[in-house]
Amino acid sequence: MATTRTPAQVSLRDRARWFVELATTPLVPGDFWEVLDPMRGGANPRGRVVAVRPETRDAATLLIRPGRGWRGHTAGQYVRLGVDVDGVRQWRSYSLTSPPRPDGAITITVKAVRDGLVSSFLVREVRAGAVVHLDQAAGDFTLPLVRPAKALFVTAGSGITPVMGMLRDGAGGLGDAVLVHSAPRPEDVIFGAELRALAARGGLRLVERHTAVDGRLTPERLAELVPDLTSRQTWACGPNDLLDALQDTYDAAGHGDRLHTERFRPVVLAVGEGGTVSFADSGVTADADGATSLLDTGEANGVLMPSGCRMGICYGCVIPLREGSVRDLRNGAVTTATAGDDIPVQTCVSAAAGPCHLGI
Amino acid sequence: MTTIQKQEHSPIAHLTAEDVENLGRELDALREKVIASRGASDAAYIRKVIKTQRVLEMGGRAVLLASRYKPAWFVGTAALSIAKILENMEIGHNVMHGQWDWMRDPKIHSTTWEWDHASPAEQWKHSHNELHHTYTNVLGKDNDLGYGIMRVDEGQRWYPAHLGQPLWNFINAVFFQYGIAAYDLELGKNLASKERRRNPAFKARLAATLRKVRRQAAKDYVVHPLLSGPSAPTTLAANLTANLIRNLWTHSVIMCGHFPEGVETFERTSIEGETRGEWYLRQMLGSANISGGPLLHVMTGNLSFQVEHHLFPDLPSNRYQEIAPHVEALFERYGLTYTTGSLPKQVASAWRKVIRLSLPNDFLKKTPARPAAHRAVAEPARAAVAGA
Ligand SMILES: Cc1cc2nc3c(=O)[nH]c(=O)nc-3n(C[C@H](O)[C@H](O)[C@H](O)COP(=O)(O)OP(=O)(O)OC[C@H]3O[C@@H](n4cnc5c(N)ncnc54)[C@H](O)[C@@H]3O)c2cc1C
Ligand code: FES
Repeated sequence: MATTRTPAQVSLRDRARWFVELATTPLVPGDFWEVLDPMRGGANPRGRVVAVRPETRDAATLLIRPGRGWRGHTAGQYVRLGVDVDGVRQWRSYSLTSPPRPDGAITITVKAVRDGLVSSFLVREVRAGAVVHLDQAAGDFTLPLVRPAKALFVTAGSGITPVMGMLRDGAGGLGDAVLVHSAPRPEDVIFGAELRALAARGGLRLVERHTAVDGRLTPERLAELVPDLTSRQTWACGPNDLLDALQDTYDAAGHGDRLHTERFRPVVLAVGEGGTVSFADSGVTADADGATSLLDTGEANGVLMPSGCRMGICYGCVIPLREGSVRDLRNGAVTTATAGDDIPVQTCVSAAAGPCHLGI
Repeated sequence: MTTIQKQEHSPIAHLTAEDVENLGRELDALREKVIASRGASDAAYIRKVIKTQRVLEMGGRAVLLASRYKPAWFVGTAALSIAKILENMEIGHNVMHGQWDWMRDPKIHSTTWEWDHASPAEQWKHSHNELHHTYTNVLGKDNDLGYGIMRVDEGQRWYPAHLGQPLWNFINAVFFQYGIAAYDLELGKNLASKERRRNPAFKARLAATLRKVRRQAAKDYVVHPLLSGPSAPTTLAANLTANLIRNLWTHSVIMCGHFPEGVETFERTSIEGETRGEWYLRQMLGSANISGGPLLHVMTGNLSFQVEHHLFPDLPSNRYQEIAPHVEALFERYGLTYTTGSLPKQVASAWRKVIRLSLPNDFLKKTPARPAAHRAVAEPARAAVAGA
């Protein structure tokens, strides 16, 4: 039901807000709310971890109940999650493995990567009751409303996560669907039992590849397994080299538009010499090598860097380059600004290429 | 005190350039050790202080809704005073120094924090972090030395106007937050000529300060009294009292940092081409600590560890206590004086200096300056330094 407010009511509301803000200045009312209820406070929604379920040796699923401000998601999307590890706020993206649920809760499934700061923390240390920071769900790695007649999913390792979200949401509506999933051994397959059960019920043709014995999946091998692959709408999530090879295959067949990919890591090609980076407005100067992103350099030095996907797709990390040169880690392209230019650069995929001044 | 460069027996004459650089390296190493061990427990500490402060502020203000009853007035005023002191000292001052930036929490960050004080954070950070902490105790450069209104060093010229400075100092203490705001605006300098008065940058800063002052005053002296209904007049009095207590307390603590006897001052030219080691040395000699228990430390925002704070302004304040013994040992090994004393003693020492220097230098020849508490013996072991 839509409610309409008269201008008088609006201005009364605004005045009340103005008064409350004046009562809490220089803080905002949310700063005091937060003391009473840790699920409220900042601009981003927060979430409470309700349960942590182990999936495999090194993966776990977190059931999270988002608080105020969470606007829901579409299966296949990801959410940026912020946690404090050793006292330091860290943001990473995780695909939502739950379909939209009536109770509003969401799940993410995390695989601990070697020396992985956040993934290890989430898999091994987080306990039920913990409060995490969330951003709104994002990403266009989703199924169309009209489900395709023939679908193919190609996943490897933790790349199953967004696809699991889709299968749980839309398995019923998918006609002829094939999932080719790779993992080192049978016991490493995240959601193994659920996928096998789904296949047994006839909801999907499942091809499990165990790379420890079968070797890594190549497009040629995939074409043997699924001969009509390029005629299928395809969703793929896995290592970058597999995704690149698939893209070439689909492009060569003239069906590049049928392939939808989700990457967990940026493709890094070009590393050059670094330089001194000055974060002018924050009064911070730091030496950076040519392989470390400006985002990592800033964060490591306590600068409040904006960020998003951390892999060059969302533009949530853009800040102006005031002066100096930076190199795009994906292709080696160097951007140079002279005083007065203020060229926006994506800090998550750019590194110093000589001394540079950033407007933050 | 006379600037260190003009003293007959300089307390640093025994140090070679190499000693000073070694001292710098030792302090760098100490800093690195703390930085490497910052973690979850430090983050938990500052969050706990912030939470305590907010609970105190909310609780105090809630109790003051009934402030026409005497016990409520006392309890509410006490809670609000403590909350305001915590906010300015252990939280605001330290957050704005960037001590907690490493947590990457946008809510507890030097670039976003705004404090419960008349001076806007931006301006305070400039005059305090950039000017005072860089030019600590350098005559003619560090405006904190007497805030531009007082003579606090023999090296500063005496004018008859200085006769009034004990009174100025007292008035400044009472209205300290406005004193700081005026000082951050460099009002003395900027109101002096028409040209400066009309400078757009100055006008913008002045507007920002006036806006902040208005909002702060509206909160304490209008909104909360109004909310108290029949208790409005007593709530107004409570807010005035809490701000006064906070002003007097912060003024006293800050006087203890650089004014007491035993603290050295420096010639303007002495900092040209200063090395990192020399910078550290100046901070060591230009600051004084306050001794006391945990409550004193938190209520002073750990500025009771002024020496440690000046050496490492951006280390988390809860760590100063932990490194203080190492710093003191370092003073001893290099034959330097670690100035410290209890709060009453240091406040008295600072006031004595303000009063003494309101008169010309030789006026009180017969009552020489009393040395402050010197824990380390100033006559030191060159051998110990050489062996360090
Ligand atoms: C859109 C999107 C969705 C994602 N969804 C998921 C998901 O559902 N489940 C999941 O587990 N992860 C997912 N990720 C990856 C996740 O965001 C983190 O990158 C991953 O958890 C590693 O973070 P970390 O802090 O543990 O590693 P870091 O401490 O950042 O890195 C430690 C080391 O691991 C390497 N590394 C970083 N990421 C990976 C990786 N993905 N695989 C192997 N090595 C890596 C680094 O190069 C480094 O050497 C997703 C990423 C994106 C961009
Ligand atoms: S963080 Fe998404 S583009 Fe950089």
